[in-house]
Amino acid sequence: MKPYTMDFDVKARDFSSAGESSSKFRKTLLMLSIPSDIVRRASIAAYEAEMNIVIHSYGGKMHFEIYSDKIVIIAEDTGPGIKDLELAMKKGYSTAPKEVIEMGFGAGMGLPNMKRNTDTMEIVNHDESGTKIVMTINF
Amino acid sequence: MKLDEVKEILNAEVLCGHDRLSEEVNTACGADLMSDVLASKDEKSLLLTGLTNVQVVRTAEVLGDIVCIVFVRGKEPGPEILKMADSASIVVMKTDYPLLSRVFCTKMDLTVGVNFNREAVYNGF
Ligand SMILES: Nc1ncnc2c1ncn2[C@@H]1O[C@H](COP(=O)(O)OP(=O)(O)O)[C@@H](O)[C@H]1O
Ligand SMILES: [Mg+2]
Repeated sequence: MKPYTMDFDVKARDFSSAGESSSKFRKTLLMLSIPSDIVRRASIAAYEAEMNIVIHSYGGKMHFEIYSDKIVIIAEDTGPGIKDLELAMKKGYSTAPKEVIEMGFGAGMGLPNMKRNTDTMEIVNHDESGTKIVMTINF
Repeated sequence: MKLDEVKEILNAEVLCGHDRLSEEVNTACGADLMSDVLASKDEKSLLLTGLTNVQVVRTAEVLGDIVCIVFVRGKEPGPEILKMADSASIVVMKTDYPLLSRVFCTKMDLTVGVNFNREAVYNGF
């Protein structure tokens, strides 16, 4: 079956539009009558991934695939990558600058929260060329 | 608890969603960190925060179960925030109380069984 797909560009450091793709993705899930717990998990995972692109990367994109039995979320950016992945996956680890923390982000909970809310999370790439994360949620 | 009562307890001013004060909230979550809000559990809830940027509304919108946002410490949210909240059907109030005012914590605790994320909240005390 062909999935319903959505694609968005995500600008680095643009906080006024940060989260818009996840918000539109969420509205689509609701429109497609996806169960509310799945919508919540998928929206949180997408939003955390999108915020990471805004905060930590040079910019990137969000790609969503909605199937009849699962959702695939792909977050991809153009660098600088995640240097120490093991450390980055730990709760509370963050390299976010002060102004981001003042906005309420940068608590180092994003990657662990993405993992918790999805059934699979694969970090396909995280070298200097960019970070690519593929997450799936099964119904 | 109805939003009407929340307004009374917090001595709050309603900034948007005047017509939705009969809506119910089951828990309250106080945080100056959106990450903590995003890690909270699923329930119709009230978000109390001292942060006033659009990301607060975006976070509430993405979670989908935040019925009302209360800006604390007399913080005044900008028109952009109100516009966004209104289109997401989120009620917005403001109060002069700090995030962990003993007055409202006690009252809310007694009446709602508040699910405060104390660790995050104490920072703003
Ligand atoms: N897309 C990304 N590009 C580069 N670094 C990233 C990216 N996502 C996460 N990181 C790194 O991993 C750390 C932990 O990420 P996360 O758990 O989301 O916490 P936070 O975003 O609050 O810092 C970040 O502080 C950052 O150093
Ligand atoms: Mg993050």
